[in-house]
Amino acid sequence: MKSVIMDSTAIERALKRIAHEIIEKHTSVPVSLIGIRTAGVFIASRLAEYIGQFGQIPVQTAILDITLYRDDAAKGAGRAIVRATEIHFPVDNAFIILVDDVLFTGRTVRAAMDAVIDLGRPKVIQLAVLVDRGHRELPIKADYTGKNIPTTDDDQIKVVLTESGSKEDAVYLMRKGD
Amino acid sequence: MVSGKGIIGLKYLGKDDIEQIVETAFSMRDISKRSVKKVPTLRGKTVINLFFESSTRTKTSFEIAAKRLSADVVNFSYASSSTSKGETTIDTAKNIEAMNPDVFIIRHASSGIMELLSRHLKTPIISAGDGTNEHPTQGLLDIMTIRDEKKRIDGLKVVVAGDIYHSRVARSDIYGMGKLGAKVYFFSPPTMITEDYASLGARVTYDAQEAFTDADVIIMLRIQLERQATGLFPSTREYAKVFGLNEQRLKLAKPDVIVMHPGPINRGLELSSGVADNKEHSRVLKQVENGVSIRMSAIYHTIGEGHEYTDN
Repeated sequence: MKSVIMDSTAIERALKRIAHEIIEKHTSVPVSLIGIRTAGVFIASRLAEYIGQFGQIPVQTAILDITLYRDDAAKGAGRAIVRATEIHFPVDNAFIILVDDVLFTGRTVRAAMDAVIDLGRPKVIQLAVLVDRGHRELPIKADYTGKNIPTTDDDQIKVVLTESGSKEDAVYLMRKGD
Repeated sequence: MVSGKGIIGLKYLGKDDIEQIVETAFSMRDISKRSVKKVPTLRGKTVINLFFESSTRTKTSFEIAAKRLSADVVNFSYASSSTSKGETTIDTAKNIEAMNPDVFIIRHASSGIMELLSRHLKTPIISAGDGTNEHPTQGLLDIMTIRDEKKRIDGLKVVVAGDIYHSRVARSDIYGMGKLGAKVYFFSPPTMITEDYASLGARVTYDAQEAFTDADVIIMLRIQLERQATGLFPSTREYAKVFGLNEQRLKLAKPDVIVMHPGPINRGLELSSGVADNKEHSRVLKQVENGVSIRMSAIYHTIGEGHEYTDN
């Protein structure tokens, strides 16, 4: 079973709200949005655009590939493709917001934090996600959430965005069985 | 893919394998440029540097590569090994394998020994050079260096010049670059090559004009000075004049030609100082830098489970 949880209007509204929240809550500038590959990168650049529109505060974006920091990397090494991390600003003392599409176990975010901290000592790291589906395995919580979606363990959440070639933005919930 | 199997020669890798290793190496290169030059990927994995033939730079390059991925590296070299006490290579390797390493980096003077060892060992092997057969990571870093500069390999004229017969680099280069579509020329004195090399897909020439004209890439090989004693060439001066690369000869090549060399260089013999130090064309030090990235990628792709070689 596949159902639409968010359509393109809902996604746009959620991201605009997050942008407003960031403008309200940020404690220093520039706001550095680091998108986690792949979908997080697209969401980060949309957020940057909205923040620029609404808040006129300086914002910069970067791309993070966490493959080498995964806690299952040593098991699966040799299969996962490592793509470039492109962070062209100093991380030291920066106000960083990690951006991802779905927050699930929290392991991706843990890996992303390690990766960022290896580059320097940020002032703050916050987390923005489009969807929080629960089932955390680590003590991690998002600072900005587009939508909370209650799920069971073996449900799947699929985020499709126009940047990755689909016609329309949407968030789907895929449920096993019926 | 190479995972779980190792990289014993570019002969055994498919085009896709080569491209994936090179692609990953570009991502790995960023790690070496940071202040914290380490990622936790291979934490708890053990890499054995098993060198039956002396080598400083290749061993160092592999060691740095493994450490940047957080693997533990143990160096085992000929001088301290029990091969000097009469143990066979297979026995030595099996003994170390009993200590449960995750990958072997092996260099050995005997051509073809990697195939033999890989039949006897369960642990994947990355070859760091076997005799005059192959030096796959050098071939891969050469490909990476060319890709970096030219953005492609396909259709480029690549000249490999020097003692082809004794060069494991030349063989890995032709296997790798051939699969990626380069036009490879072997330029060498007739005493340092055989007709058979044409069957690897290279064009063999003894004529400098033909070799260097319109070259996109020139790879000069090291001439081992002791070979002169065996009569392979009459004198070093004559070699430099007829087969060496100097500024004048470089003008035959394309204006944006790059010059590479696996090192160590014999200045004034195969490569004039003017060319070796020419910032515009020489990529010798870039090769060394890329070598670490390629070896990180090779180790990363090798440690893992379950894929087969593609033999083509």
